[in-house]
Amino acid sequence: MAGQTVSLVIAGSGGAGVVTAGSLLLEAAARAGWHAYMTRSSGPQIRGGEAAAMIRLGVEPVASHDDTYHVLAAIDWENIDRFAAEIPLGPDSVILGDPEAGATPARIAAKGAREAAIPLQALAKEIPAGRPNMVALGAIAAMIGLPEACMAQVLREQLKRKGEEAIEASLAAFRIGMQAADGLPPVPRLEPREVPLRERWSITGNEAAGMGALRGGVRFVAAYPITPATEVLEWLAPMLPKVGGVLVQAEDELASINQIIGASYGGIPSLTATSGPGLALMTESIGLAVAAEVPIVIVNVMRGGPSTGIPTKSEQADLNIAIYGLHGDAPHLVLAPTSVEDCLFTTQWAVYLAETLQTAAIVLSDQAMGQARAVIQRSAAISFIGQRERPVSLEAGQQYQRYAITASGVSPMAVPGMAGYAYTADGLTHAESGMPSSQAAHHAEQLDKRLRKLTGFDYGEHWAEISGDADADTAIVTWGSCSGPVREALRRWQDAGGKARTVAMRLLSPVQPEQLARALAGVRRVLIVEQTHSGQFHRYLRAQYDLPGEVRALHHPGPLPVRPGEVFEQLANWS
Amino acid sequence: MDNCAVAQKMSPKDYKSDVKPIWCAGCGDFSVLSAITKALAALSLPPEQVAVVSGIGCSSRIPAYTSVYGFHGVHGRALPIATGLKIARPDLTVLVTGGDGDGFSIGGNHFLHACRRNVDMTYVVMDNQVYGMTKGQASPTTAPDWEGSKLTPEGAGINPFHPLVVALAAGANFIARCSSSDPNNVAQIIAEGIRHPGFSLIQVLSPCVTFRPEQKDWKRMVRTAVVDATDDPARAARRLMTDDGFNVGKVLYKGSREPFRPGAEACFQVDDLEAGFAVGQ
Repeated sequence: MAGQTVSLVIAGSGGAGVVTAGSLLLEAAARAGWHAYMTRSSGPQIRGGEAAAMIRLGVEPVASHDDTYHVLAAIDWENIDRFAAEIPLGPDSVILGDPEAGATPARIAAKGAREAAIPLQALAKEIPAGRPNMVALGAIAAMIGLPEACMAQVLREQLKRKGEEAIEASLAAFRIGMQAADGLPPVPRLEPREVPLRERWSITGNEAAGMGALRGGVRFVAAYPITPATEVLEWLAPMLPKVGGVLVQAEDELASINQIIGASYGGIPSLTATSGPGLALMTESIGLAVAAEVPIVIVNVMRGGPSTGIPTKSEQADLNIAIYGLHGDAPHLVLAPTSVEDCLFTTQWAVYLAETLQTAAIVLSDQAMGQARAVIQRSAAISFIGQRERPVSLEAGQQYQRYAITASGVSPMAVPGMAGYAYTADGLTHAESGMPSSQAAHHAEQLDKRLRKLTGFDYGEHWAEISGDADADTAIVTWGSCSGPVREALRRWQDAGGKARTVAMRLLSPVQPEQLARALAGVRRVLIVEQTHSGQFHRYLRAQYDLPGEVRALHHPGPLPVRPGEVFEQLANWS
Repeated sequence: MDNCAVAQKMSPKDYKSDVKPIWCAGCGDFSVLSAITKALAALSLPPEQVAVVSGIGCSSRIPAYTSVYGFHGVHGRALPIATGLKIARPDLTVLVTGGDGDGFSIGGNHFLHACRRNVDMTYVVMDNQVYGMTKGQASPTTAPDWEGSKLTPEGAGINPFHPLVVALAAGANFIARCSSSDPNNVAQIIAEGIRHPGFSLIQVLSPCVTFRPEQKDWKRMVRTAVVDATDDPARAARRLMTDDGFNVGKVLYKGSREPFRPGAEACFQVDDLEAGFAVGQ
């Protein structure tokens, strides 16, 4: 929950050090005991180019951006129009601009924020090797109540290798900025807190997904780079060998999905990460994993689509392909983390489920979680490691039945090296032995068991995160990175005297009709919130679930995030 | 007297399953199946330590006809399945079987990168210059003027692909050509390919008697290649570029490149890695 927060944007051209400034601010905020959430937006240039760091800081956990930013600090105004739509400002906002960089561009000025001049370039020049971005950071720190000591500590650590002179230059520029903030219009200030540093993690959703994979037992990863999923793979690359695993860069996504199927067939829990275009290429082979009952996990970090779409920005529009994209009747798992932090849990859970149920699991993360960096409370180690059921004994003369029909639908799975259990895994319809078959009875019984093992499994309480009032007559159902703004809207609604309940679904497939019915008991209004153009989640819920009472949908495409205020307004205007 | 060796003596039938192949009478693939089981027996490999991986096509049916571990995947992706399996389980002997369509057309990119990557496995391609399972269409090794297909009634009109030259250029570590008409020779070459570290490619001319009946003549057209073993890629390239495709029975190139064997012993617990996330670390 957000509680008291302050929201900032630092923008500027390539080389202005915008991203560096954002990262330093995040680190310093962590030392002040605050939580943080930061996303970045940049131009299309491969390297450099204009950028904006969007940051929200709070004394309590922060899961998403606010409706508007309190401060827009522009080192300069180069190409700011590219981000203008992503930087909502209001009358309470402050634009910090350098007069030397020219007048505030019309699209920004039109937002109606208070404007304050601060001569970033000129002040930076007063310090040998001083940089305007540090001056801006100093001004921001003074405005929001960030103690100088926190930034000093971060600079000493991060610039250690550059030497004392560089540290002093940065600190001096920072201090000048702090002094220059005197008389600037007020914005919310946060109180520093004493928190043991080791209890705070600075982590991106993509790193968290990687950590979840390792905790779940993944020891083989095949990788083909794609924005915005590459960091999952790049984080795992040096980590896997440390725990006895391996990452292989594949020639394409067709190879990466099949490599992990091969490794998993060999008994090693395996994973790949990709984004929409890669997921589309993988779908045929995900069906193979379903049919041959080989556990695999695909972390799909969604971006704007279709086709190449907007690679660097978020959207939730891979829901349909994740759920319905496989040919044939191919029941599989689709899960979605509900926050940066939850990327860890959900990925770990996906590995556990895939291993236990011997099927494919798709984790639908998105750019707004994957590439966002958050300062969070350290994530407690949750111990569940998937256990594949292995065959234990065979009676004399009995042949191993790899795809034996069982009550649960899960058949004990041998791995190469086990004498007497050799079988051929097959994407062809097969009999219990694995022998290819085109008989109707074999087809039906194998389709049944693959479905049964998923629908009969007890997913416990993890299927969704439910919060709010038990006696509410209004519920908001959402998923993925919309969960943060929805929870925040709930809190505002409650603060305004309203009652509501939120359901953030973590398990999207198989469907959980009884669970959702229980979660929506007594509700007569359901608001569905998602970030797609066509309302994919709304249509999916309508098709798969009985929703009580009146149903409304709030959805728009990326890259603009769903903001808490939009959700709140839907509730407020629902009469 | 090595008692263990005696105890482990294996016969080809120890590697055969009782599944009846779907192939047409006279298909060259019967000989190749038999050669694979002979090679495994000659090497006395424990059946549970061997995996045969394939994609889709007539020859890709081989895994189920053996008694070793098998994987019959989707069209064109046998090499990535095998790559993942071998890297994750370096203790296994991994064979890949398939045809010219599966390996060189739909799976062409994986073929290039499998040669490049040089994982220690053996790829047996049964080349019959036709798609048999889909009832006779031109493949990447079909001559441009072959008019036997309803799909390309005037011939495919494009030059055939030369898999062995491509393999050499892409970095395969062992390149051989055999004919299914001499299964003992095929068995011997497969065994040699398995023993040789790195990626081994064995092209076996394996006639399709149904859609390319003229290939029945191959057994009269092939000749034993008169070549010395070479580890010189330039010499091998000349040899491969100038032959007519019927020089068989020999290893045409044998390199000494180290196989790709990533992986390391665990030196950390997973929880140790958490420290990297802690603020101030």
